[in-house]
Amino acid sequence: MSDLILTSRMTEHPTDSHTIGRFIETGGYEALRKALGEMSPDEIKAEVKLSNMRGRGGAGFPTGVKWGFLAPAEPRYLVVNGDESEPGTFNDRQLMERDPHQLIEGMVISSYALGVDRAFVYIRGEYARSARRVQRAIDEAYEAGYLGENILGSGFSLDITVHLGGGAYICGEETALLNSLEGRRGEPRLKPPFPAVEGLYAKPTIVNNVESISNIPWIVSNGGSSYAAIGPERSAGTKMLSISGHIKRPGNHEIIMGMTWRDLIFDLGGGIPEGRALKAWIPGGASSPWFVPEEHLDTIVSIDDVAASGSMLGAGAVVVMDETTNVVAAAHRIVRFFAHESCGQCTPCREGTRWLEDVLKRILDGDGRPQDVDLLLDISDNISPGLLWPPAMTTICPLGPSAVSPVTSITRWFMPEVEAMIAAKELAHG
Amino acid sequence: MSSPIKKWSHSNQERAQRLLESYPDRRSAMMPLLYIASLEHDHVSQDAMREVAALIGLTAAQVESVASFYTMFKREEVGDYLVSVCTSISCFLRGADDVLDAVEQACDARHGSTSPDGRFTVEHVECIGACGGAPAVQVNYELIEGLTGAKAQQLIEWLKDTRPQVVLADEMQQLFGGQRSFDWGGPEPDGAVAPVPAFAPYGSTAEGR
Repeated sequence: MSDLILTSRMTEHPTDSHTIGRFIETGGYEALRKALGEMSPDEIKAEVKLSNMRGRGGAGFPTGVKWGFLAPAEPRYLVVNGDESEPGTFNDRQLMERDPHQLIEGMVISSYALGVDRAFVYIRGEYARSARRVQRAIDEAYEAGYLGENILGSGFSLDITVHLGGGAYICGEETALLNSLEGRRGEPRLKPPFPAVEGLYAKPTIVNNVESISNIPWIVSNGGSSYAAIGPERSAGTKMLSISGHIKRPGNHEIIMGMTWRDLIFDLGGGIPEGRALKAWIPGGASSPWFVPEEHLDTIVSIDDVAASGSMLGAGAVVVMDETTNVVAAAHRIVRFFAHESCGQCTPCREGTRWLEDVLKRILDGDGRPQDVDLLLDISDNISPGLLWPPAMTTICPLGPSAVSPVTSITRWFMPEVEAMIAAKELAHG
Repeated sequence: MSSPIKKWSHSNQERAQRLLESYPDRRSAMMPLLYIASLEHDHVSQDAMREVAALIGLTAAQVESVASFYTMFKREEVGDYLVSVCTSISCFLRGADDVLDAVEQACDARHGSTSPDGRFTVEHVECIGACGGAPAVQVNYELIEGLTGAKAQQLIEWLKDTRPQVVLADEMQQLFGGQRSFDWGGPEPDGAVAPVPAFAPYGSTAEGR
């Protein structure tokens, strides 16, 4: 056995890690037995707090602290966020398709700890295969007595419902997700109140990411302090990183944080294909400001180190770009995503993302004007005043400021290239 | 009052009933019901939205305000095969635009439109979580990873020739796919029978067909 927490079963059993038979044979549902048989809800919550696990969905808020905010009113709900849609991320898909019982076991333990008897898994609609695997695992778990009434004779009962999304990135934002689960448009809500106080159907609700909840069985089995002992302080445990783009070994890698980006890209990722040079990489999904080799190869891969360097580890999506990449085209592609996915509630985001897309497109099409760089930065400043990191917000949720990241990245690191593109096209047009 | 969905298949009527009962609030069944209604009507038509509204106890306008928010509820007719080409950043870096060109040409349909013979609807979509196997395409939401323009063209020709009733990701991946984001882990028995996510509670998998 390796250091792996989340992916050991699927690594050792490539064809059937998703079945209940293999799950139980490899120690599955033992943590649940321990939780229901030997531990009180408060003891479980204490272990999760002790683990120092920070939420894996992107914001990095400590899961145990979030649990502590859950208001006492009844009923309460647990909602698992499987709406993974940040460009570059695909780790939750692997966890749902390859080890769905690990997620379910985590949900039952978490629900017991939180005093919840009704839980939901919100899976993005495009992940039909994930939904089928999770649903089948739920059916198996009901049949085997790990879900439903009086689980393992403990007196604790839980029902889980799988809810498929409809193709909207914004539903990964927890309050938008709750609106969507209520059968509404996926528009983020103003906070406060936070979901832990007024969430689903205005009842206290904990929303946790798939990867976060998948860690819970291990934490219960091995203790929160064992989890906290893995990796650097404040980046405890393992993290699944999705690596994609111009990289020799793309895929999900479960790592212990604390290595350098150089090790991650050139050792774990195998380096850049065809002997090309590294130009830039996105450290934490499309929303995050880019890193460049001149500055960041020796930066440490941890939540705090990446934040201190002006970006974020987010949900752990690393997108690598080699020297052939047209950075304006890459930035346009990301901005186009946010323009498409803006829910439209807030003017700076709804209008600003579309303006950014249009100006970048104009430069790409050869109609860029010298003043377009200032225009891009001015629009960005109206979405996210001061162009700071973490961003200042003029909007209900962080989607708008996310569209600013690629713009400030190319103007900060590749200004000569952007200006040359505008100048060359001017020349070409006479 | 007669049931608003008496024209639906018996099994879909049962599914709808179960969905309405499975949430603490009926309105939560909106999205799953829209998927079932789009199977019954081939897309989320005005009739489909009226039926869902009647089931939940809302107006058709309220249902439309929700349906129009989400890209997967198709309010216009869709071909037999919905071909969704991911063109977000990771797929873009690995040649997604070539794949889109090849798909549009082979299907004889541009982004957002349906081929004259009604067989294919083509769309470019935002990230579908297959970045490690970029570029990727979905056919009726069943995934193929590691494509090239040439392979994508072969995939479309194969769909034209074989006209599969059930679209299976494993089969398409084996025939036309390449690099995957991760090992998929054993074959999947179910596949899509329509341009709707293949999920048994919505009645859209190969089961029972």
